[in-house]
Amino acid sequence: MNEEIKLIWQKFFNWVSGNGPRPENEVIPPEPPPDLPFTQKPKDKYTRFHEATLKERYNQWLEIHGLHIFSLIYSGLSVLTCIVIVCLLLATVAELPPFGDEKNPANNEVIRRYVEHGGHETGAQNIVAGLILDYRAFDTFGESAVLFTAAVSVLMILGVSRRNNIEESSPDLNESGQNFLERAPPVNFHEIRQDDSILRAVASLSIPAILLMGCVVVINGHLTPGGGFSGGAILSTALILCANAFGFERVHKFFNERTFIISSSTALMIYALSKGYSFFTGANHFHSIIPKGTIGNILSGGLILPLNICVGLIVAGTLYGFYALFSRGDI
Amino acid sequence: MLEKLFLNHYEAAAVILSGIGLTNLLLQRNLIKKIIGLNIMDTAVYLFLAAKGYVEGRAAPILLENGSGGWLNSANLYVNPVPAGLVLTGIVVSVSVTAFALALTLKLYEYYGTLNIDEALMKMTQEQQELESKIDDAEEEVLA
Repeated sequence: MNEEIKLIWQKFFNWVSGNGPRPENEVIPPEPPPDLPFTQKPKDKYTRFHEATLKERYNQWLEIHGLHIFSLIYSGLSVLTCIVIVCLLLATVAELPPFGDEKNPANNEVIRRYVEHGGHETGAQNIVAGLILDYRAFDTFGESAVLFTAAVSVLMILGVSRRNNIEESSPDLNESGQNFLERAPPVNFHEIRQDDSILRAVASLSIPAILLMGCVVVINGHLTPGGGFSGGAILSTALILCANAFGFERVHKFFNERTFIISSSTALMIYALSKGYSFFTGANHFHSIIPKGTIGNILSGGLILPLNICVGLIVAGTLYGFYALFSRGDI
Repeated sequence: MLEKLFLNHYEAAAVILSGIGLTNLLLQRNLIKKIIGLNIMDTAVYLFLAAKGYVEGRAAPILLENGSGGWLNSANLYVNPVPAGLVLTGIVVSVSVTAFALALTLKLYEYYGTLNIDEALMKMTQEQQELESKIDDAEEEVLA
C-alpha cells in the first residue's frame, strides 16, 4: 500500500516537474550513470591530507564543490538583480501620472488629430485600423514582413534538415569526427490518428463556421474590432483543426509550401505596391485615384480593406505553417 | 509611494510580471521554460501599454454614430488608439521570435539529446576538446 502511494506521488511529481509519461514513440534520452558520491571518490595520489600543498588542496576542493557554489552564487545574484530591477521600475511606476486620467501626457495633440480627422482622412470607422493601415501602414508592412521572414527561417531550420535526415547518417559524416557523441535520433513527430470520429464530426461542423468568422473579422476590419492579424489567426485555427482531424494530407492538397510562399509573397508585393502608390501621391500632393468611400460602408476606407485581406492571408499561412513545421516538420 | 503604486496598479502588476519573466529567463535551465519566461515579459509589456492607453469613462476607438447620420469624432469620447497599434507590433514580433527560438531549441535537442542548457554546453565543450585532441594527434603524426 505504502509503495503504491509512493509510486503515485512519484508519478504526480514527475508530471508537475514536466517529466511525465510521454507518447510511446518519443525519444527518451538515456539516463547518464549517476556520479559517485563524495565519500566514494577515488583517492588521489596523496594519501595524507597535509602532504598536499595549499594550491592542490584548493584545486581539489574547487573540483568537488565548485559547480555547486557557482550555481548558488549564480542564482543568488540573478534573484538579486531581478529584485533590484523590479524595485527600480516600481519606483518609476510610482512617479507615473495616474491611471486612466485624461490629462495624461500620452493623450496629446497626436491622439486628438487621429481621432478628429481619422474618420474623413482614412475613411475607416475603426480608428485603430485607420491608424495602423493608413497613417502608419509601413509599420504594419514591416510586421507582416517580420512574420513572413520568421516563417521562412523556421522552414529553413526545420524543413531542410528533415529532408536531409532521410539521406543522412551517411558514413562520411560520421567518420569526420562526429560519432563520438551519442546523437539523439531526430525527434519523431506524432502521426495523426485516423480513426477519431468524434473529432472529425465536430471538425466538419465547426470548420465552415470558423472560416466564416475569420472572413468576417478580416473583411470588417475597418468597421469593427478585428482586422488582418486577428482574422488571419482565426483562419489559421480552421486550417490547424482540419489538419488534426483529417490529416495533414488533406490540407496539403490545397495548402503546401509552394502555395504558402506564393500567396504570402504576392500579398506582401500587393501591400508594398499599393501602399507605396498611396504614400507617393499623398506626399507629393498628387490626386490619388483610390476612393475613400463613405464611413461605415463595407466598401470604404480606401486601401484598408485590401490591405487587411493581404495581412490576413500572410498571418493565416504563417501561423498554420508554424504549426505544421513544429508538429510534422514540413508544410 | 504605496498609494501611488495602488493608483497605478496595472502598471505595477506589469512591472512585477516582467520581473517574474526575467527571473524565469535567468534561473530556468530548461530552454523551453526560458522561452516561456520571455513570453511572460512580452505579456507584461502589452499590459503596460494597454494600461497607459486607457482613459477613464471613454469608449473604444471606433467612431460612434451621432443619431443623425454623422459621426462623433470628438477626441474627448475615445481612449488612446496608439497603444493598440503598438501592442499589435509587439504581439507579431513576439510570435516570430518565439517560433524562431523554438525551432533552434528543437535542433539543439536533436543534436545533443537534452533541453538543459548546462548539459548541452558541457557536451559542446567535450566535443570541442575531443576535436582539438584529434587535431593535435594528427599534427604530431605529420611532424613525426
